[in-house]
Amino acid sequence: MAIAIEAYELSKKYRLGEMQAAYGTLRESLSHAARRVARQEHRVTAKEEIWALRDVSFEVPEGQVLGVIGRNGAGKSTLLKVLTRITTPTSGRVEIRGRVGSLLEVGTGFHPELTGRENIYLNGTILGMKRKEIERRFDAIVDFSGIERFIDTPVKRYSSGMYVRLAFSVAAHLEPEIMLVDEVLAVGDAEFQRRCLGRMEEFGSEGRTVLFVSHMLSSIGQLCDRALQINGGMIVQDGPPGEVIANYLHQTHSAGVEQSWDSVDEAPGNDLVRIVAVRVLPHEGMPLGIVDVRRPIGIEIVFRVLREGQPVFPKIKVLDRESTIAFNAMDTDERWLEPTPPGEYAATAWIPGNLLNEGAVSAEVAICSLDFPKLEHHASVYEAVSFEVLDSGEGDTARGTFGGQWRGVVRPLLEWTRERV
Amino acid sequence: MRQSNLELPTPAPPSARDAAESEDRVDRLVVIRPARRWPHLDVSELWHFRELLARLVWRDVSVRYKQTFLGVAWAVLVPVFTAAVYVVIFGKFAQFPAGEKNTAYPSLVLAGVLPMQYFASALTGSSMSLASNLQLVTKVYFPRTLLPLGSVIVPLVDFLVGLPVLIALMWYYETWPNGPKVLLAPLFILLAMVTVLGLGFFLSAVNVRYRDVRYMIPVFLQVLPLLSGVMYAVEAIPTKWQWVLAFNPLTAVIAGWRWAVLDAATPNLGQTAIGVAVALVLFVAGLAVFRSSEPRFADTI
Repeated sequence: MAIAIEAYELSKKYRLGEMQAAYGTLRESLSHAARRVARQEHRVTAKEEIWALRDVSFEVPEGQVLGVIGRNGAGKSTLLKVLTRITTPTSGRVEIRGRVGSLLEVGTGFHPELTGRENIYLNGTILGMKRKEIERRFDAIVDFSGIERFIDTPVKRYSSGMYVRLAFSVAAHLEPEIMLVDEVLAVGDAEFQRRCLGRMEEFGSEGRTVLFVSHMLSSIGQLCDRALQINGGMIVQDGPPGEVIANYLHQTHSAGVEQSWDSVDEAPGNDLVRIVAVRVLPHEGMPLGIVDVRRPIGIEIVFRVLREGQPVFPKIKVLDRESTIAFNAMDTDERWLEPTPPGEYAATAWIPGNLLNEGAVSAEVAICSLDFPKLEHHASVYEAVSFEVLDSGEGDTARGTFGGQWRGVVRPLLEWTRERV
Repeated sequence: MRQSNLELPTPAPPSARDAAESEDRVDRLVVIRPARRWPHLDVSELWHFRELLARLVWRDVSVRYKQTFLGVAWAVLVPVFTAAVYVVIFGKFAQFPAGEKNTAYPSLVLAGVLPMQYFASALTGSSMSLASNLQLVTKVYFPRTLLPLGSVIVPLVDFLVGLPVLIALMWYYETWPNGPKVLLAPLFILLAMVTVLGLGFFLSAVNVRYRDVRYMIPVFLQVLPLLSGVMYAVEAIPTKWQWVLAFNPLTAVIAGWRWAVLDAATPNLGQTAIGVAVALVLFVAGLAVFRSSEPRFADTI
């Protein structure tokens, strides 16, 4: 298959000194230069350098939807800036075969004084459409935006919703062979995010090449054929999205979605009971380690009781990203009241749907017995598993269609009542 | 994920579209490399982006006319007012000479004010062009030279709108152009464009890092009319000083323009040549500075 994007040993270096001087005045630079001459100094300080990208090589075959993930500052935005030619690489080269469209934000270049109609032409041209293309798609763009009535009104009179709808509508009618898309597209309300993702999905299914930079792991998992992880300016992972995401989560959360011990002797625990495996049960249709906020989350603990002694029972402790304890829970069912017979048991704790907030969650598991007034931990695994809770933004959760930050360790879907008083 | 209520556009398959838009075969392969060391003007690339250039020019023109209450009238009012002040102060009180051919002073002055006005707007616009289009520079690729280039085209509209006033004066004072040399008039405006574009390249690139530029320009523009022969005919001053002023390309622009449209004195060929040479040097040097700092625009802005 033909190669659409070919990057070869791409590197980008930023000089910190340079960035600081960006807003300087002429006087500062002149006095700096004068001092340098007077003292015969060559360079006052060696400028600190940062490699935002380092020897990045990859190929994207035509028609592939490639997702790029990484932490903030890992270099994924720099990569996109180089590919879209907003900035030049320090070394290396990229070959791109095909008409390229890039979308780093919607509504680039929109001017408040101009009308909707004028902005469609302006924005379309800026995004690389020819006048004839815009003319041909003009009606479709207007229809899609749903603001026919205001098309000859200056956009400064638009509500922000109308503004975004029009801007997105122009972007949605771009028809490049290769699309470079940034995650900033995914700001806005849930409805808008869904439209963006829907459009991207279409791009992919039409056989266009898409390179999508995001830290929304769920969309990478759903849309992409392949994922790259960038860290410290280098590609650290390249493969199927599911695997890449699972490994990425493992790095970020320090615990994975599963832990197991082959040898019982080395498994955590004591002579009474040992934990041999812990895992997060997968949600159907979601990458491993990512769970839907609306669905119950199962955490399975497999443990082996070595001798009959006392009643033991499983317990979990759930913590959020900042290691704040969300809750503790143990199985208080009467099946654990009798001394537990030796053997292997699998207990699953079901955390209800619509309870935890979005984000990284980790769990600690233990097998305990109640030795009044003490709770004795016979076997415990600190940070046993972790997973990412996601809201797909369909509006049926506690946050509704609101797309902004949502605080709290838990996020229950409450029952609300209303009366007229 | 996809909702049924989302009706997304269904574009034609890429192959069918390619046939329709086969114009850009050449740029189907884009090679991204580190910035080249030698500054150059990529004319074929500029040609490819001509629609964007036209669109940006159109944006600036229409926004300016929409934002001002009097709109297009300013293009007439500013030069007329400036010329009127010059005529009263320098023509009436100071009795400035009208040159060898004794051209009617008001025609002479307005013929100087119009190119000067063009130059002043173009210089201000082009030196701010990068800074005022930050949003574009950091979000989308196009040849950055397009921005200064567009902003020296925008004030041409004002210039053209102001021309009828000059024609009215020509009619009133009967200072009609004499013969086919009027066809050379656009060349002198082109000379002004080349000069201001060179300066615009330089100043817009510097303005990205040092915002001092915006304070320097008004001072420069206050002195410039005095040094370009706007309110006097350059052949009326001592010859020695004529050769000094020749290093200001605008002197050649104004003298040449007056010669072409008002049938004023024939400019000295040597002085004009110096003006053209300086304009070309400014252009090349400005472009060199612009292109060599171009890779850093998006990073430092």
